[in-house]
Amino acid sequence: MPDAPGLELIRGEIEQNHPGAVLDTSFDRGQAALVVDPEQVLGVLGWLRDAPGQGYRFLSSLHVADYLPAEPRFGVHYELLNRDRVERVRVKALLRDPGALAAGPVTGEGPAGGAAAPFSAPPPRHPRSSVEGAADDPLPVIDSCVELFPTAEFQEREAYDFFGIVFRGHPDLTRILLPDDYVGWPQRRDFPVGGEPVLFTYNEHDRG
Amino acid sequence: MVETLNDNTTTEVMTVNIGPHHPATHGVLRLIVDLEGEVVRDLKPVIGYVHTGIEKSCEDKSYWKVIPFVERMDYVSYFFQMEAFCGAVERLVELEIPERARYLRVIFLELNRIHSHLVWLGTTALDLGAISMLWYCFRERDRILDLFEMATGQRMHTRYFQVGGVIEDIPLGFEAKLREFVADMPVRVEQYQALLDRNEIFLSRTKGVGIVPRERLLELGVTGPLLRAAGEPWDLRKAFDYLSYPDFDFKIPVGTVGDGYDRYRVRLAEMVESVKIVEQALGGLPEGPFIADDRKYVLPPRSELPTSMESLIHHFKLVTEGYRVAPGEVYYAVESPRGELGCFVLADGSAKPARVHFRDPSFVNLQAFKDMSVGGYVADMIASLGMLDPILGGVDR
Amino acid sequence: MRSRQLRSRDMLRGDLEGEDLERYVEERVVTTTLAKLQHWAQANSMFPLTFGLACCAIEAPISIVTARYDLARFGAEALRASPRQADFIILSGRVSIKMAPVVRRLYDQMLEPKWAISMGACSSSGGMFSNYAVVQGADKFMPIDLHIPGCPPRPEAVLYGFTKLQRKIMGNTDPGWRQRYNAAGTEEWARGGPRSEPSPEEAAAYDAARELVRA
Repeated sequence: MPDAPGLELIRGEIEQNHPGAVLDTSFDRGQAALVVDPEQVLGVLGWLRDAPGQGYRFLSSLHVADYLPAEPRFGVHYELLNRDRVERVRVKALLRDPGALAAGPVTGEGPAGGAAAPFSAPPPRHPRSSVEGAADDPLPVIDSCVELFPTAEFQEREAYDFFGIVFRGHPDLTRILLPDDYVGWPQRRDFPVGGEPVLFTYNEHDRG
Repeated sequence: MVETLNDNTTTEVMTVNIGPHHPATHGVLRLIVDLEGEVVRDLKPVIGYVHTGIEKSCEDKSYWKVIPFVERMDYVSYFFQMEAFCGAVERLVELEIPERARYLRVIFLELNRIHSHLVWLGTTALDLGAISMLWYCFRERDRILDLFEMATGQRMHTRYFQVGGVIEDIPLGFEAKLREFVADMPVRVEQYQALLDRNEIFLSRTKGVGIVPRERLLELGVTGPLLRAAGEPWDLRKAFDYLSYPDFDFKIPVGTVGDGYDRYRVRLAEMVESVKIVEQALGGLPEGPFIADDRKYVLPPRSELPTSMESLIHHFKLVTEGYRVAPGEVYYAVESPRGELGCFVLADGSAKPARVHFRDPSFVNLQAFKDMSVGGYVADMIASLGMLDPILGGVDR
Repeated sequence: MRSRQLRSRDMLRGDLEGEDLERYVEERVVTTTLAKLQHWAQANSMFPLTFGLACCAIEAPISIVTARYDLARFGAEALRASPRQADFIILSGRVSIKMAPVVRRLYDQMLEPKWAISMGACSSSGGMFSNYAVVQGADKFMPIDLHIPGCPPRPEAVLYGFTKLQRKIMGNTDPGWRQRYNAAGTEEWARGGPRSEPSPEEAAAYDAARELVRA
């Protein structure tokens, strides 16, 4: 991994080419991460790939994490790999959920004011869960990096399938792993896991 | 190698659906193929038929309960998924695993690699018509599974790796049996080569079939034997030096052209290299604990439970709630038999992971399938699919 | 051997009469009903469908046809890829919600008589995957004749299940455990819970079921 000073150098160089793109850096447990502004993510990825000193030409993985009680909620992660220097760097773009903003403030409990830790207990079940009305919710949007990294094609479709994130410019953004007519974005934190309760003699009548 | 058509014939593009139930797709893969005669013009894989929601289920379970779940993703190389997850969590909690555990992990990983390549060889040769290979390869595979059963109690999905090391030490007699296997295996690989290497039918079905240039493979994110067959010497075992791989002397087989025949040769050579690694690991197996000592994350040995109150409390805490991991996120990749298997774990301070995502090599390698098949015949497409070695459990998760 | 030779000589000469002749014929000729004969033939020459979904597929159909756990010795060697030609389907692996209609269609395409074995925990009951994506047991959408527990079940377990299915086809289904261990009437009710005692209707239903089982 580029170490912490190396990471700051990268940040500095990106600032020169794409001002305001990098919002934060973090070097935690040996892994370097850059938090970038979602609107400029293509610029940063392109720079990391093409700039002469960098050469992060291999996109190992593109995945999304849902940081639910924290806003902005969705983090699109790009794991980049420089095969010549054997270094990994992570680029994170944080997106808000326009559906939740449209719905109004969450009526769940949580630590008052700015909590020290970004996470609290597992999120309370949101009254308007992602299951109902999911088809009408506006979805978070970010640019697709399929032009830069063709490997992202299936991975962005998977992110769309599970989180409902729309990638602008993707050639074929349809569901990939779930049935085509599935409603809901399962991997979001407020989507229930599903399944059935196990039947024992004491509760077999509760099932009706 | 498509012949030109006569001027008198008219052709029409026909869309054919192959799968999801099909004897030659490796699992439930569905292909929608546009055919002009026998020539493939366009190809669209449709996946998701064995999507199990493993990543979502993992968010609901404590960290050690996640291990049996993630094993079942790529169901032929189960030790690799365990290693990816346990390695990721060990990086999150910054836990060092003891030397003996590292060696044991490498032994089982390399045995799993041989196992995966044997299953691949048996089923792919079956697809191409060399049916007897299935019986020979599965005979060796049963010997490996006997070894797994001896050490862990289960043939597949052994739940052997835990965060901190391995769950149990190898039993008496395991080393002897493993040495027998290691002595036998190179002879067997030679026998397989004698059957297939110069077999005219096998050669004509794999030579020159499914070639994708190296740069395009890198763009598509393809790793593993597919990339190495195309001439790129990229292997995470050598690049990232994880576990105890730096202690061993082994080579990375690399092909030249990147067709089906090269992929076959690369995988067979990898089997031989894996045997070498197992031999060296067995020879240099250090004494010592097989799991780390940190009682916050690792169960205390059962012999201590009746006498030590602290051990009892640790045991209770670990079994009921599980260990808590400080908030953070980590991405850790290993070299599985199919390529780069990466595991992303997001921890939120509680006893359950907030997100577990696997970057599965078959999922990404499948994107190269279209490039491999378009322009060739349908039969070549089936041969390429065999050489691509997708495991749909990993693709669909 | 010598005595049998002598008896054959007697029969050919026409010397065996009455009871001797009847006993002679009984020893050598199998008499049975046509149905039993048909079932015996069916059970011993089943054509499995090559159908593997996930991990269990590596154990069956692939591992049980290999040399160590030979399925061919039970007559089921000829695996057929087309459901129209297959006799029974082994659901080996987890059935996801996307795959369930496909499986049902395959089962419908099979011709009577057909049987279905649900192999492993995932197809029997959803297994460890109690979530949105896995059908909690193939029973939910198709009739299953036999369930084999395990994750994955050993090939020997699958072979045992297969022989159980053979016995079922031949008409002597293995008795359930309550019959085998004479354990009828041992259902337990959670003590002190809201339903510590069965309601009268439930008690009557259980009694009726016990009678059926005992019959």
